[in-house]
Amino acid sequence: MSRPEVEEVELELFVRALKLRHGYDFGEYARASLRRRVNALVQAQGHGSIGELTARLLRDDALLPVVIAGLSVPVSEMFRDPAVFRRLRDEVLPLLASYPQINIWQAGCAFGQEVYSLAILLEEAGLYDRSQIYATDFSDAAIARAQEGIFPAREARLYSENYLAAGGQHSLADYYHARYELITIDERLKRNVTFANHNLVCDGVFCEAHLILCRNVLIYFTDPLQNHVLELFRDSLVRSGFLCLGTRENIAFARAGRDFRAVDARLRIFQREQQRA
Amino acid sequence: MRAAADLVVLGCSAGGLRALHVLLSGLAANFPLPLAAVCHTGSEDVSLLCELLARSSTLPVQEASERCAPKPGQIYIAPSGYHLLLGVDGRFALSVDARVGYARPSIDVLFQSAAEACRGRLIGVVMTGANSDGAEGLQQIRRRGGVGIVQRPDDAEASAMPSAALELAGADHCLPLEQIAGLLNRLCGVVR
Repeated sequence: MSRPEVEEVELELFVRALKLRHGYDFGEYARASLRRRVNALVQAQGHGSIGELTARLLRDDALLPVVIAGLSVPVSEMFRDPAVFRRLRDEVLPLLASYPQINIWQAGCAFGQEVYSLAILLEEAGLYDRSQIYATDFSDAAIARAQEGIFPAREARLYSENYLAAGGQHSLADYYHARYELITIDERLKRNVTFANHNLVCDGVFCEAHLILCRNVLIYFTDPLQNHVLELFRDSLVRSGFLCLGTRENIAFARAGRDFRAVDARLRIFQREQQRA
Repeated sequence: MRAAADLVVLGCSAGGLRALHVLLSGLAANFPLPLAAVCHTGSEDVSLLCELLARSSTLPVQEASERCAPKPGQIYIAPSGYHLLLGVDGRFALSVDARVGYARPSIDVLFQSAAEACRGRLIGVVMTGANSDGAEGLQQIRRRGGVGIVQRPDDAEASAMPSAALELAGADHCLPLEQIAGLLNRLCGVVR
């Protein structure tokens, strides 16, 4: 057996320190991406090694939010993968329309791009007034950004193209105000969104959801954690409730994956089975 | 240089489609390693790219799937819009983390993760391209004892990428595109 390299050991000690000292458990995060993110933090903080960052993390509490924000690295765009939003609009929302109150959980809301995409979709379907979106993330910094709903104006063109490709009925500009280099999402889109801190690793069921969106979050998790979160989603969904994952996610290795039936296998839209497998 | 390898990783950018055609058509039908490639094509549709490449390849070509282990004699292409990584468990992983040098997928991300996962038991190939992606990754591969192959810049449709790789990482082999497949076959102990 060859000796592990110093950096591998340092990464494990960092994960251990974060858990023991601050209670955040990244033990079941897939190492390849975690290592890149931790190394990016090491560089950004001007340290020479993960070990140096760990030493500071143990004593400097002010560093914790920076580390948590750095380990969440939310990257998204409005109406990313337009075909998914079109499918939600055409096939899923009409089914949700039969419920008097529609609960939607956006798990891992990043900076809110998908939250507001969803709100627009519901608004245009005439369902938003009886919908409640729970937008959660484990990073307070991400939640604060999502709540603001402010994005760089240079993104607006891409967002607009996506919106139209997703079957948007108006102009995306109807939903934001452009000012200088920024666009700000219209306040009325926030009226039925509740932002809250929720960590998929350790927090439990908090609502009865008709639709859960969690796109490109589980790709960072090991098989056991992926399975754990799929169980959490299953237990949070009403019977026949919908789950929407990222378009390249694979749930074939998770036992709880059997509790979901593909509505659109290519776009990774699933429905909770009536009975557990 | 160690001949024993578990994986070939390959990166190409501008001019990469033609280069991949040439390379894949030269690999032996019993090529014993998996090959994972990042090709910046700007195309959204990797399945179409795989179909096109499969026509000139003796080996099956497919998009790399999350959590699946690469299999011997199969060609894997990184999906569009995602970084492709090799996990320490030897299976593919994807990420939507920020672009690296304007690229996602990034060649460096694949190479660095694979160098760590394979502990140097791998071959890295940098071919034509107009940026410097892959140079750092190839450096990591060679530092860990893996084999670095770079297309000769004067032979490449775009020379910037192979030049950057040679400058930063150096190479165990630097040769024209037409000869790279033959070298890979020989390094793996098979002949076409």
